[in-house]
Amino acid sequence: MENFFDFAQTGELLGLDIVHNALIAAAILGLIAGVLGPLVVTRKMSFAVHGTSELAFTGGAGALLLGIGVGYGAVLGAVVAALLLGVLGQRDSERDSVIGAILAFGLGLGVFFLWLSPVRAQTKMGLLIGQPIGGQTTDLWLLIGCALAVVLVLAVLYRPLLFASVDADVAIARGVPTRTLTLVFAVVVGIATALGVLTVGALLVLSLMITPAAAACRITSSPVRATVLAIAFAEVSVLGGIVLSLAPGAPASAFVTAISFTIYLVCRAVGRVRVQRIGDRRASVPVAA
Amino acid sequence: MTTQIAKVDRATRQRGAVSLRAAQLSYGQRVLWDGLDLDVQPGEFLAILGPNGSGKTSLMKVLLGLQPLSGGTVEIAGSAPGRGNRKIGYIPQQRSLDPALTLRGRDLVGLGLDGHRWGIGLRDRKARRARVDEVLESVGAAEYADSPVGLLSGGEQQRLRVAQALVGDPEVLLCDEPLLSLDLAHQRVVSDLINARRRAADTAVLFVTHEINPVLPLVDRVLYLVDGRFRIGTPAEVMTSETLSELYGTTVDVVRVRDQILVVGAQGALCDDQSHHLAGDA
Repeated sequence: MENFFDFAQTGELLGLDIVHNALIAAAILGLIAGVLGPLVVTRKMSFAVHGTSELAFTGGAGALLLGIGVGYGAVLGAVVAALLLGVLGQRDSERDSVIGAILAFGLGLGVFFLWLSPVRAQTKMGLLIGQPIGGQTTDLWLLIGCALAVVLVLAVLYRPLLFASVDADVAIARGVPTRTLTLVFAVVVGIATALGVLTVGALLVLSLMITPAAAACRITSSPVRATVLAIAFAEVSVLGGIVLSLAPGAPASAFVTAISFTIYLVCRAVGRVRVQRIGDRRASVPVAA
Repeated sequence: MTTQIAKVDRATRQRGAVSLRAAQLSYGQRVLWDGLDLDVQPGEFLAILGPNGSGKTSLMKVLLGLQPLSGGTVEIAGSAPGRGNRKIGYIPQQRSLDPALTLRGRDLVGLGLDGHRWGIGLRDRKARRARVDEVLESVGAAEYADSPVGLLSGGEQQRLRVAQALVGDPEVLLCDEPLLSLDLAHQRVVSDLINARRRAADTAVLFVTHEINPVLPLVDRVLYLVDGRFRIGTPAEVMTSETLSELYGTTVDVVRVRDQILVVGAQGALCDDQSHHLAGDA
């Protein structure tokens, strides 16, 4: 425990290539999580993200068993999950239970794959709780490729997607293909989630996909500002978490989630004051009828 | 409100804003309406009335290009209905927005301008902002344009809805129960804003409503739909005991009290305000 704040050791470890790679991967992940987060929060997809991440775990476990890249397996699992959820759960009333049913089965399947596969226990655990540094040869190129694809697709879809997310009735009336967008966005989120599984693990993906965006949405109502803040919060959480975990050699995920949750709590408090202020200001101005 | 909005050109004036010919809409065996001929002129205010399930919202869907006709032809603002036609403005019924929604009034209005277009929209941001500000000002919503929409009152939200529909400078304004669940004062504000727009820019207004009284002074003609039957004419022609009794196929009394029209005996005709949404089934 005394090496918790051993900065000399931290500095030394920061010089390692393996740490560099982990930080680059984490920075890319923070970027796409921050970009997607506000839309995920607005569309109330937290549960879908969780479900997708567990199927990414199943895919990763399957890939481990077959001896192919865990990254590919995770992305494949997440995309299949996103498509299934998108197709089966188009109706709001059904979505919740569909996700529940699918993810429970997927998780069980993943556990079975892990039991079958001959790799070390630590590698297995990595899929669940994350192992950004050195565990797997996290395929940096896969990460960069997927991140580019996610950012590009989102750059094209952003406006209609925002429209469909915040104002579905009018978006439909104005010809926005909301159903198709829902499906495409589910796949994009699925890919991002799979990348998160590789870095922070299936159980903790929400700390990057949801928490920073939920925090940002507490303190601003501008969709653009929320996105910028979500990126900043996600980066601080994931990079800060990894750096802090170096000296004690503890799992980075614990630090990542702690930082992102702290930011969330602070933003909630700030948001409370903010809403109160808006209320006061509006009450003091006579409402023009 | 005056500089940017061009008066509708001569060609539009001659061709009419909305034109339906022998239009028919049916779902399977059920015919909602058939043989509907309707011409709405620029600057005209048409109220569309009728009980639930009479096909009012379906007519809106046809005009928005979301629902094809089963027969006949339809033209709106000079072309066949298509998705994302900028010449059409759409105002939905007031529905409370989530208080935690990450969206300001100006974002809502901006989406009405270019929300259907691909991309992030980094170009022409200055012109966009100027246009949004202008419209916000014209509906008196500038003061709360930067507040979260979810924290605004129903009346304020609906003012923003009007701005959202007007920001694209439409030739035709489709309003689907825009006054529903607003108090009287705000019903007045919203209908006056819609009326001001049609006077200033010759915009045709098609106004679906359960309740004609809040807009009665503004209405030029009424399209009254009941169970596949319909009647088109001025309020004085359509809103009579005789005509409505014929439409409903039962005795209906229309009573005029001061400036109000009361319809007695048409069950469910004017008193149901069940909500409906485009995203729903019908």
